[in-house]
Amino acid sequence: MSAPLPARDDRVVGQPLPHESAALHVTGRALYTEDLGYRMPGLLHAHPVQAPHAHAVVTRLDPSPALAVPGVVRVLTAADVPGTNDAGAKGDEPLFPDEVMFHGQSVCWVLAETPEAARLGALAVEVAYEVLAAVVTLEEAIEAGSFQGGAPRLERGDVENGLAHAAHVFSGVTTSAGQEHFYLETHCSIANVDESGQVFLQSSTQHPSETQDIVAHVLGRATHAVTVQCLRMGGGFGGKEMQPHGFAAVAALGAVLTGRPVRVRLTRGQDMTMTGKRHGFHTRWRVAFDDEGHLLALEATLTSDGGWSLDLSEPVMARALCHVDNAYWIPNVRVDGRIARTNKTSQTAFRGFGGPQGMLVIEDILGRCAPLLGIDPLSLRQRNFYREGQSTPYGQVVRHAERIVTCWEHVLSTADVARRLEDVAQYNATQEHSRRAIAVTPVKFGIAFNFTAFNQAGALVHVYKDGSVLVNHGGTEMGQGLHTKMLQIAATALDVPLDLVRLAPTRTDKVPNTSATAASSGADLNGGAVLDACVQIRERLRAVQAAHEAPLPWADLVAAAYAERVQLWAAGFYRTEGLHWDSAAMQGSPFKYFSYGVAAAEVEVDGFTGSHRVLRVDVVHDVGDSLSPLIDLGQVEGAFVQGAGWLTLEDLRWDESHGPSRGRLATNTASTYKLPSFSEMPEEFTVTLLERAHEDGAVHGSKAVGEPPLMLAFSVREALRQAAAAFGPPGVSVGLAAPATPEAVFWAVEHARGGNVPPGLHPVVEG
Amino acid sequence: MALRAKGPADHDDEEDQGMATDQTPRVTVNGVVHDLVGTDPWTPALEWLRSIGLTGAKEGCAEGECGACSVMLARRDGEDRTRWAAVNSCLLPASALAGQEVVTSEGLGSPEALHPVQHEMAVRGGSQCGYCTPGFVCSMAAEFYRPDRAPSREDHGGEVGPNGFDLSAISGNLCRCTGYRPIRDAAYALGLPQTDDALASRLRSPGPAAAPVVVDGPTGSYVRPADLDEAIHLIQRHPDAVVVAGSTDWGVDVNLKGARAGLVIGIDHLADLRAVTRDAEHLEIGAALTLAELERGLAREIPLLETVLPLFASPLIRNSATIGGNLATGSPIGDLAPALLALGADVVLHGADGQRVVPLASFFTGYRRSVRGRDELIRAVRIPLPLGEVTGFHKIAKRRHDDISSVAVAVSLHVVDGTVQRARIGVGGVAATPLRATDAEASLEGQSWTRATAAAAGEVLREVGTPIDDHRASAAYRRAVLATALVRLHAQGASTAEVTR
Repeated sequence: MSAPLPARDDRVVGQPLPHESAALHVTGRALYTEDLGYRMPGLLHAHPVQAPHAHAVVTRLDPSPALAVPGVVRVLTAADVPGTNDAGAKGDEPLFPDEVMFHGQSVCWVLAETPEAARLGALAVEVAYEVLAAVVTLEEAIEAGSFQGGAPRLERGDVENGLAHAAHVFSGVTTSAGQEHFYLETHCSIANVDESGQVFLQSSTQHPSETQDIVAHVLGRATHAVTVQCLRMGGGFGGKEMQPHGFAAVAALGAVLTGRPVRVRLTRGQDMTMTGKRHGFHTRWRVAFDDEGHLLALEATLTSDGGWSLDLSEPVMARALCHVDNAYWIPNVRVDGRIARTNKTSQTAFRGFGGPQGMLVIEDILGRCAPLLGIDPLSLRQRNFYREGQSTPYGQVVRHAERIVTCWEHVLSTADVARRLEDVAQYNATQEHSRRAIAVTPVKFGIAFNFTAFNQAGALVHVYKDGSVLVNHGGTEMGQGLHTKMLQIAATALDVPLDLVRLAPTRTDKVPNTSATAASSGADLNGGAVLDACVQIRERLRAVQAAHEAPLPWADLVAAAYAERVQLWAAGFYRTEGLHWDSAAMQGSPFKYFSYGVAAAEVEVDGFTGSHRVLRVDVVHDVGDSLSPLIDLGQVEGAFVQGAGWLTLEDLRWDESHGPSRGRLATNTASTYKLPSFSEMPEEFTVTLLERAHEDGAVHGSKAVGEPPLMLAFSVREALRQAAAAFGPPGVSVGLAAPATPEAVFWAVEHARGGNVPPGLHPVVEG
Repeated sequence: MALRAKGPADHDDEEDQGMATDQTPRVTVNGVVHDLVGTDPWTPALEWLRSIGLTGAKEGCAEGECGACSVMLARRDGEDRTRWAAVNSCLLPASALAGQEVVTSEGLGSPEALHPVQHEMAVRGGSQCGYCTPGFVCSMAAEFYRPDRAPSREDHGGEVGPNGFDLSAISGNLCRCTGYRPIRDAAYALGLPQTDDALASRLRSPGPAAAPVVVDGPTGSYVRPADLDEAIHLIQRHPDAVVVAGSTDWGVDVNLKGARAGLVIGIDHLADLRAVTRDAEHLEIGAALTLAELERGLAREIPLLETVLPLFASPLIRNSATIGGNLATGSPIGDLAPALLALGADVVLHGADGQRVVPLASFFTGYRRSVRGRDELIRAVRIPLPLGEVTGFHKIAKRRHDDISSVAVAVSLHVVDGTVQRARIGVGGVAATPLRATDAEASLEGQSWTRATAAAAGEVLREVGTPIDDHRASAAYRRAVLATALVRLHAQGASTAEVTR
């Protein structure tokens, strides 16, 4: 496994190649799950009946009027489920509920010949509800004691002592909003039943094996009777890790019951109102600093908004707690986590998976406390960095801590931060109505699933008699370039040209028991497995070559191996070594390594409205030895903008009133929920991958890249805070809502100017 | 052939028979002719394109916000030339494609022979998941073929490339993966079209004419009448008919609210609605001119519109949406209405009994309601001349491009010798309809145009309308930004005022 390969300048790994499907993407030929339906005669279309209440009991459900609608074929209800009526991994997500737990939850599904007939059929279904009291906001849940799942505590040192003897103690509340994934492709599953009774599902899923498991238990069948395939997804970002299962199960159930292919494809509105999002967090904290601004102690209670069911809320909270330190040494720590149960969609994985919410706490604390300590935020951050040999609050040594400083200094010098800070001061001194600021923030992010068992992967590599190569692996492609990297690894390991290698769609009947393509680990895990398979084949071919005097060209070598009855295909397997994690004690070494990065962002804020622009961003990010630099660059940039969207623009609003639409998602369309467009791209944007960053023990010395750079966007939020503060006198601590929309920044500016800020619109730090 | 046999559009009187042509409605897609017979009048062009196997264009939002459905249409550019216009195919009824030419991502190139736009997008990492990419490619290709695009060394604030590519052309396309930098680089790397490029050659001949047509589908018909009077007659006989021009509003209702209609009347092509006329006292703009056409043709004449139009929705929408349609929908927010209020515009209504002229300030009567009669159409918008010397438009939104305003304020001041002789202020987002802020206007008129005057009038403007708390903004914020709008205008326009003085 991970056999070291000789360094070669011309090897395919490390080349900046375009995405393997780029030519298909740009010509509209790349097929996504929904596109496949247009090639299927007899396809039935499913439409959900969505409940108009946040919490209610279904007292009557009469599908018969729907059956009278022309084109309607069947209505699927709880009575149709042959196996278990549950779509979750925790047994708390009934597929056809008798108690509605959030506004928009589906109570049954209508199958029809056309999408239009299915829609009209769903309108015709008669459902009666008894409305119950609903918990909508995180604050209401905390007040009511509405929690679910475990309440982990992460502790080190003596927090009380640290707080008692510190020069400075501050306390406050930090909140961060959720985030809608808004993958451009909404959820889609198409199910078919073959002649042997096997259910074949094509699904936009990041976790085909779990989709398979759940479909099997809903159908009451063995896992081997269900096959799940994913060609590619139009974006995932974590939103297709747990959420596809129920939709796949509906399609599968429909196909089994009607004998026809069934498509479940959500409209944008359905997707937004029915699927989980990033968890919003509420954190109450106390922090202690010494006179020089060194962090001495942190006590915090993080409460996440889990929505109606557990889903992935527990591991999300674990990761949040494990990232509350970000890149900073905090000797005494006690952080508690708890998961609120609210009548909302079940919040789920989203790029960063709790990491961003945890790290936001310490970055918010440093940003708000710096003026109170009289230390500029740049220095305050820098003097608290981890040093080599120090360990995290959960006991893992922070290996390569010096890379934080390396990235930091690299950014400060290449972005010319010192000179630009003077320019900013000059600008602010001469402008009346706008202010600029530069903030620099670091990222340290642990790579591996906290849940150790998930850190394994499989692959299947075939070499055919003509020398062509087919690669299967357990990871899914959602745009992150995983397949491109796998092709590069296979071509390099077998030492063949890239065009001899083809990648087959991800299928559970090729590679079983896979982990979700998540936690940024897709390339680490599946790359390890592909490499393992290729190395096995390579070793066998080496033996064949040894019997020949002259070196055989690839095709001849393969032909010779076949003739000599040498196995030309191999199953590869990889598991990440050296991990251990005690989830009860919240101690151990859950991560294979840490990814590091630093960003410097310059922003400009308009004092009239709080509107803002990101003028320039410079990033240095550690991806180890990049497997595929063009792909990695794209991941860093894309994550940054997505993170900036979360922190400055994207604004999920639920109806919190006590009126009839209580609990309804008010921002349930693209016109009300705005994600970054061209206008939010940093005007100057320079990303550099850290050089000489080889990571021992990872595939080709590379590091994960999917999630860590999202948190580089804290630099934008901190710059906005500083720019708002620059409207006021020195030393004013500025709280900033997350997301820092123009309105939120406006109130921060008003606060800095000593103006009148309506209650609830501006957070304050208590000294 | 007659309109469909049953339903609300059911009739067989002779006039309709006479109007209908005997031609099968056809559309050319990627050079291949398809017929549209059997298409319902509400079926989106996107769904129809996908149903014939062209699944490159995607549904990302179904309301014209994301651009994943973008396709190119050949549009008339004067009498003898053509332009490629990218539009949201999710909002356009498929039947409205009758007689038109469509190019999709599949038609631009193939994996073996990429179009220059496709090549740049592919090699620069412009696609990640690829779902938004076909739409981006179409929007980008339309700009690639823009006749007046020319390389330039001028600095346009970073939003126009050295190749003359105007980045705003792709601002109606959302990408959730890339962060846009590689897409921008792809756009700026494009050269000019080759001389033998078929789509470039197409620009040099007349665009497709929009001939009268009837498209019958299972549940209704789409009719493109021959002229305005015929449109009015149809509306009179079919009170439930839906009238569309660009269909950017009705298309959203179709997709998101299940709106359907037995008869849809397309008026976007009517010559009576597409003229621009001028005399000493007025500029009259035909109601069916698209916002993109106004942007190209009139914006320089009317600085306020030059400010507003680039901020109005996206270029994909502006290629379809019309000035008349925007007023007819009566949105309380629509950015155009506040601007036209500030310009003192009138609405010219045309009905069976002739035409009448209504001041825009008294046109709106309530939430999405107006004085327009059921059988009247907006024929034109009339703007009095001369225009105010000092104008400004402030749009408050979460996102800079393509967002709905939480508050929009348009101001037009006639300043003589430093004194405000006439002030007109239009405001959106503070009431059930766009409003004239007459109190604030009064507090400006007769005063010298100074920061103090602006600040004092701002305090009056703060109280206009009845702003609410909603997902876009709090009422407190809306009032706060109203209060600063005039000071902001004064700060930005100080030099203009100096010159006038």
